[in-house]
Amino acid sequence: MNILVFIKQVPDTNEVKIDPVTKTLIREGVPSIINPDDKNALEEAIKIKEEYGAKVIVITMGPPQAETALREALAMGADEAYLLTDRVFAGADTYATAKTLAKMAKKFDYDIIFCGRQAIDGDTAQVGPQLAEQLNIPQVTYVKEVKIEGDTLIVKRALEEGYEVIKVKMPVLLTAIKELNTPRYPSIKGIFDAYREKEVKIVTAADLGVDPQEVGLKGSPTKVISTTTPETQRAGEIFTGNVKECVQNLVQRLVEKHVI
Amino acid sequence: MDFSLTKEQQMVRKIVREFAEKEIAPKAKEIDLTGEFPWDNVKKMAKADMMGIPYPKEYGGAGGDYISYIIAVEEISRACAATGVILSAHTSLACFPIFQWGTKEQKEKYLIPLAKGEKLGAFALTEPNAGTDAAAQQTTAVLEGDHYILNGSKIFITNGGKADVYIVFAMTDKSKGTKGISAFIVEKDFPGFYIGKVEEKMGIRGSRAAELVFEDCVVPKENLLGKEGEGFKIAMVTLDGGRIGIGAQALGIAQAALNEVTKYVKERQQFGRPIGKFQGLQWYIAEMATKVSAARHLVYYAAWRKQNNLSYTMEAAMAKLFASETAMEVTTKAVQIFGGYGYTKDYPVERLMRDAKITEIYEGTSEVQKMVIASNLLKM
Repeated sequence: MNILVFIKQVPDTNEVKIDPVTKTLIREGVPSIINPDDKNALEEAIKIKEEYGAKVIVITMGPPQAETALREALAMGADEAYLLTDRVFAGADTYATAKTLAKMAKKFDYDIIFCGRQAIDGDTAQVGPQLAEQLNIPQVTYVKEVKIEGDTLIVKRALEEGYEVIKVKMPVLLTAIKELNTPRYPSIKGIFDAYREKEVKIVTAADLGVDPQEVGLKGSPTKVISTTTPETQRAGEIFTGNVKECVQNLVQRLVEKHVI
Repeated sequence: MDFSLTKEQQMVRKIVREFAEKEIAPKAKEIDLTGEFPWDNVKKMAKADMMGIPYPKEYGGAGGDYISYIIAVEEISRACAATGVILSAHTSLACFPIFQWGTKEQKEKYLIPLAKGEKLGAFALTEPNAGTDAAAQQTTAVLEGDHYILNGSKIFITNGGKADVYIVFAMTDKSKGTKGISAFIVEKDFPGFYIGKVEEKMGIRGSRAAELVFEDCVVPKENLLGKEGEGFKIAMVTLDGGRIGIGAQALGIAQAALNEVTKYVKERQQFGRPIGKFQGLQWYIAEMATKVSAARHLVYYAAWRKQNNLSYTMEAAMAKLFASETAMEVTTKAVQIFGGYGYTKDYPVERLMRDAKITEIYEGTSEVQKMVIASNLLKM
């Protein structure tokens, strides 16, 4: 069984500060980490490997320094690591990212693709689902439990109040949430092995055989015009009294606001 | 010249720090209050392959370098100095002599489980009348057939009573002085080996300092470490390495105090502003940070020399001397800056100050370090 895990290196938001003037993230001197949900995805893949036997292949797209995230993944127990890095990949939105990652995924004979639910820097939760669409395979998002029965997965998908149980045939893409597991610490031996005995393979746009016009900023339909911090001006309103009065007041206010 | 850590070492620092902050630090206060030996921490460190970092994989180690090991001791000690010394004594004082002087059989039997963290190690040199004058050993070992009979006692033994394997020094030939001392590998269950008094300590209260008693203790002949008469040399060389570990422990304690201070002076308001705005305190902090940095360079330099098979006796003594005195100074200043709060158990700085003191005493007092440094310099 082959499991592909797509991870992203992100700034540690616990350490991030916002520039009060430009309102943008101050990234200088902020440590980079493996995106937390992606770590849950990786942990689950390694657990599946330990329990059922599998090859865990970890992939990221990013600048050359994203190699550190891959080394950490190798230290945790991943078998192979690929870094998609090329100037033309830069500035990709979720569509272009998913398209590029799909090209990479197609190079492997995979059974499960694991992604984190969302990255803490962009918070879009789009790349996993878009990747599944690009590959035309089923997807289960918000995964909190995985069991394997032959060629089928029994997956618990978290809902706001409860969960649903989904039976799905492999190949399948899953997006992990933190409730799925507790990621292990890479062992110290694992760290030395990751640097001395394992390899991070570099993949460029040419290696992937993608058209530079279809990746990165050029291949991104989303254009970021500006980034601002939303100002909260509207105050909440609390209606008191009996239920009937409250409902009447609420409906009246919604009509006034042209909501209904 | 290159002062940067390798990528590997940076990753070790990142991971051990994460581990120490999440798994070790939250329990440090309680461990200090109860004096309970932190078995849970030891087990977690073993699981993360931290109990034999600088030893080859074939002997159960992580196959890492000495600087990575020193970084691990520093980071663990920053979270909990008691746990730091358990790691340092185990790795530097128990594993090292077996790795360096052990036979293939001894390494297989003892080093592998120690370096894997399945067993815990200790080092027993100090006696009631042989402290700084370590050569004045009164414990004796007499060869009788296929085993040695040990009699005597050891005190202040780190991990004593908790360890499974002890490196024990004893006189095999009193007429030869230091050349009559030999080293032995003693298992906790050997007949005639008992644990005596357990010390109530000022600091590093979670770690164990205990008396070991040998009453006709039977040690198989094959558990002699090195040759008869090599014991004193084994002890001294082992302590050279151990001192780098204690330097790292002191460094971790000092860094912890500095971190507490830099956080506190930004929050604590007096005279209508954060106390960090006052130049008097800024000067304290600048001096503390400078000394911590100097200590780190000395400790890493000694570790680098050991890693590169260069002589390190004097450098290890300098590192231990300076780092331990820095730890004492920085933690004392930290308590002062915290004022009345610093004297209470509401903040960790009083614990750090109590923990720091021992680093000036064990594995050679500051005075011993000066003796070592001067004798290396003057060669008189």
